[in-house]
Amino acid sequence: MRHWLATLALVLLAVPGAVSAQTRTETLLVVTESGPNSMDIHGVGANRPSYQASWNLYDRLLTYGVKTLPDGSRMYDYSVLKPELAESWQVAADGASVTFKLRRDAKFHDGAPVTARDVKWSFDRAVTVGGFPTFQMKAGSLENPDQFEVVDDYTFRVKFVRKDKLTMPDVAVPVPVVINSTLAKKSATASDPWAMEWLKNNDAGGGAYKLESWKPGQETIYVRFDDWKSGPLPKIKRVLVREVPSAGNRRALLERGDADISFDLPPKDFAEMGKAGKVAVVSHPVENAFAYVGMNVKNPPFSNPKVRLAVASALPYDKIFSAAVFGRGVLLQGNPIASLTFGHDLVPTPFKTDLSKTKALMAEAGFPGGFATTLSFDQGFATTNEPAAVLVQESLAQIGIRTTIQKIPGANWRNMLLKKEMPIFLNAFGGWLNYPEYFFFWNFHGQNAVFNTSSYQNPEMDKLIDAARFESDRAKYTELVRGFAKLMVADVPRIPLYQPLLDVAMQKNVKGYQYWFHRQLDYRQIAKE
Amino acid sequence: MSQALRHARYVVTENPVTLAAFALFSGFVLLAVVGPWVAPFDPLLSDTARALQPPTWRHWLGTDQIGRDILSRILVATRLDLVIALAAVAISFGLGSLAGACAGFFGGWTDRIVTRVVDTIMAFPLFVLAMGIVAALGNTLANVVIATAIINLPFYARMARAEAHVRRAAGFVEAARLAGNGPGRVLVMHVFPNCLPPMMVQASLNLGWAILNAAGLSFIGLGVRPPTPEWGIMVAEGAAFIVSGEWWIALFPGLTLMLAVFCFNLLGDGLRDLIDPRGRT
Amino acid sequence: MVLARLAGRRLALAVPALAGVVVVTFLLNRALPGDPAAFFAGPAATQQAIHEIRVKLGLDRTLPEQFLLYVRDLARGDLGKSLTTGQPVIADLLTRLPASLELTLCGLALALAVALPLGVLAAVRPGSWIDHAARVTTTAGVSLPIFFTGLLLVYVFYYLLGWAPAPLGRLDAFSSPPVARTGFYLADSLLARDSALFRAALRQLVLPALTLGLFAMAPIARMTRAAMLGVLGSDFVRTARAMGLAPRTVLLTYALRNALLPVVTLLGMVFSFLLGANVLVEKVFAWPGIGSYALEALIASDYAPVQGFVLMMASIYVVLNLTIDVLYGLIDARVRIEA
Repeated sequence: MRHWLATLALVLLAVPGAVSAQTRTETLLVVTESGPNSMDIHGVGANRPSYQASWNLYDRLLTYGVKTLPDGSRMYDYSVLKPELAESWQVAADGASVTFKLRRDAKFHDGAPVTARDVKWSFDRAVTVGGFPTFQMKAGSLENPDQFEVVDDYTFRVKFVRKDKLTMPDVAVPVPVVINSTLAKKSATASDPWAMEWLKNNDAGGGAYKLESWKPGQETIYVRFDDWKSGPLPKIKRVLVREVPSAGNRRALLERGDADISFDLPPKDFAEMGKAGKVAVVSHPVENAFAYVGMNVKNPPFSNPKVRLAVASALPYDKIFSAAVFGRGVLLQGNPIASLTFGHDLVPTPFKTDLSKTKALMAEAGFPGGFATTLSFDQGFATTNEPAAVLVQESLAQIGIRTTIQKIPGANWRNMLLKKEMPIFLNAFGGWLNYPEYFFFWNFHGQNAVFNTSSYQNPEMDKLIDAARFESDRAKYTELVRGFAKLMVADVPRIPLYQPLLDVAMQKNVKGYQYWFHRQLDYRQIAKE
Repeated sequence: MSQALRHARYVVTENPVTLAAFALFSGFVLLAVVGPWVAPFDPLLSDTARALQPPTWRHWLGTDQIGRDILSRILVATRLDLVIALAAVAISFGLGSLAGACAGFFGGWTDRIVTRVVDTIMAFPLFVLAMGIVAALGNTLANVVIATAIINLPFYARMARAEAHVRRAAGFVEAARLAGNGPGRVLVMHVFPNCLPPMMVQASLNLGWAILNAAGLSFIGLGVRPPTPEWGIMVAEGAAFIVSGEWWIALFPGLTLMLAVFCFNLLGDGLRDLIDPRGRT
Repeated sequence: MVLARLAGRRLALAVPALAGVVVVTFLLNRALPGDPAAFFAGPAATQQAIHEIRVKLGLDRTLPEQFLLYVRDLARGDLGKSLTTGQPVIADLLTRLPASLELTLCGLALALAVALPLGVLAAVRPGSWIDHAARVTTTAGVSLPIFFTGLLLVYVFYYLLGWAPAPLGRLDAFSSPPVARTGFYLADSLLARDSALFRAALRQLVLPALTLGLFAMAPIARMTRAAMLGVLGSDFVRTARAMGLAPRTVLLTYALRNALLPVVTLLGMVFSFLLGANVLVEKVFAWPGIGSYALEALIASDYAPVQGFVLMMASIYVVLNLTIDVLYGLIDARVRIEA
């Protein structure tokens, strides 16, 4: 008995063998809340972490440039398109098509050369499979396989169905990846011509990283593809992405130096870690995005614009900003610089807390005694939503609106948004393509996409948005954007609260991090000193 | 009566731990009754300027992430938690023991049906069943109580069934039947009361389980809704702040929770000594 | 032969319970709010796209139809496909089950190692301060919410003291798992004669096993104490003492062996309860077991894994009870005779 105990103690206290220093600087350990559920971005129900997998395993024809911000951090430059698989491209003289010349030395992970046939198969797939990828392609007027033409082995042409300034940027988003069609087709069947089943679990890419192993729900391991030619060879040889569901543990891991980098932590933790200085915290405002309080304008009582205005005057913007996101964002209320159309034009948001008018507004609306309603939010983002909801509830009570808080589980949230019956709720939207008409098209246009959470219908708004999408004259475009932004402020179907920050925490020796619009980690730029 | 009292006093003084538990229990009941009046602050009032403050003279147990006073929230939550526990246990006790007693007494199909239902419930990992019920029925207080009641049902049903089965052949039951009482009356007036004592012990233990169950459900987001103060949800919310150093948000409700459950457990032991000294474990 | 009859009878009794489990799980799952079709149709889906997915998932049929389809699939061993991992549920469950089992067994072993001696000591000196202290500490262990205990342990032993390794799951970031022969990292690493890996796996197990073990200590200690008290007062122990046997021999060889019988029965219940409590511990320690798997699926309204998980748990429980009954029959001849 005693011997056994002694041995046990020895075993427990023994220090595990040290890993060689060299290996550690070439390995990146990422900890995350949840991982990919598919290696195929075109797959049904591919979740956000799958975008990260796809971004690093696959190449696209084009990518975006880089710009350095005044504080030294780097982000993608949405106005500059750079070659990735396509080494050059030329828009036709008549403006009806664009021809890409592919680089000749590019190979897929299995050694096969990348040809225009692979590109066409991949683009055809993206516009045919339906769901999110097809939708995203359509946002850039890439709609039909007829638009995609193989000119020769290394030349690929895209015919435009209309002049859409978003077509070229749309080629560089995560969706139009270039898949090894020969490899994929080996696993295609009559009922599954696009090899959806096989590509979900396997890597048929030519990107800078190969898939070494994937244990769904646990970890994904990537290893560098040494023959990658579409850019400078990455410094990190191996990337381990581990799923650690508890945010407290992720923070502990970072602070003790046992993990290299993490995204999804509560804003408070980022604020504190930034101050403590043990790890580096890099933050960027998420472009073309804001968190908001949405109201259903179709059904009473929020169909009455006076009620909406009353709500907009009652919300405790500063309190929400400090309590929900600990100031990690850009406050949109009363701030004349920040606007609804970030980086573009300015329409100051006039909403601020002013309880003097609310009583009159509510009485004029026909609710002098107030009313009762439900305030809903996505439980998947409870860290920020819950304190915000409690504060909103408190402030609304002051103007007579009695709310019960409804926490909706993540999976059901999408469904609730689609049903468009929630009277008042918290939500956020961010668009990949940093154009105000893009934002407004998805959120306020009468086509009533799922993101038009307020069921807002206004033919005047639609006219302005539609015109702006295809207007190439700069001055006219600015007028149109100002127009629809002003309409939104006047009608107030939703009340912007703040523009969120994308925070990333990393060890001080991790360099090269770059902010991307898709908010995922690009391993190719990272290096460890 | 005085003999019972003397016996009670003997048990209680013999066992100081039980005495302490009883005192603690009385304390909790008192808090449940007067909690809202004793609390120094409004448990729902937020004060973001004073958020995340450690224990000070103004806020004895500190404040949470939107500035609410933790002491007040704990005091007010006492009522809610005790109500949840008592309601859940009362329902499962009432339904379970009645069903079990009927099964044991009448036998036959009643017995078979009740046993099947009980076995089905017991075949589930109990916490998972509670999760499923609350998720399916909706995230309300009533459903948390119902779910907790359902998963605790089998204990009472089985005990009652065993006891009733044993007693159904007893002499006094025969006598009651011969005196002209119908089977229902015999069951309710004679058999059932004799099954009660051992189950009261179980009930006391289950009070603690009910509170822990509600806390576990809150941790995964299926418990009480915000901003209602409840010990479990306070611990769950505070858990996220432990690593960043705001230990008081989770610790104080956690300790209170532990104290209450602890108290119920010890009380159950004491009750067992009082009622059935042979069964002391 | 008698044992076979015993086993057979228990199995027959278990079938209706399992059937009940299947029905109830199915109903509960279908009652879950949330439309997985909307979830998986993606962020920009139209009603049309969602309807297509709903048909693909078979959710447009009537409830009895869905149930029959489910039972038919079950008979074929097909537990459906998880929409969050994209893999067949049965594959997911079988891959992740060893992780949960290993953790639960270690937790149980730890609890036994502490609670058994504690219970014996309390029985040997009833009414003493040891008795009271034992009761108080074991009851305290079971009074805290299990996730709170886990988080507290991580905070104190990893974050503050640095004694425990990072809560990254079954292995630290730089070790690779051993060749899977049993699925238990401890056993597999020993089989592969890799002592470094064994140590790595053991270190990761300490905190989560401790969290689980704390919960199991109270019932085991109590039952041991009660059983020992009963046995110590019995005739044959008195005889052994009268015959002059050393007190230690009397205690360990005679009393404890007999007292263990009710403890063994209790172990079954404790083990099954721990399997259920696993859900919370796995979430805290990033343990890739079936508990965390089911929890994530539940939150995502992913029906199939939750059904599969509950079925698996219920089956384990049935098998466990069966084993215990048979074991009991082996140990205690009286049971065999009655059967």
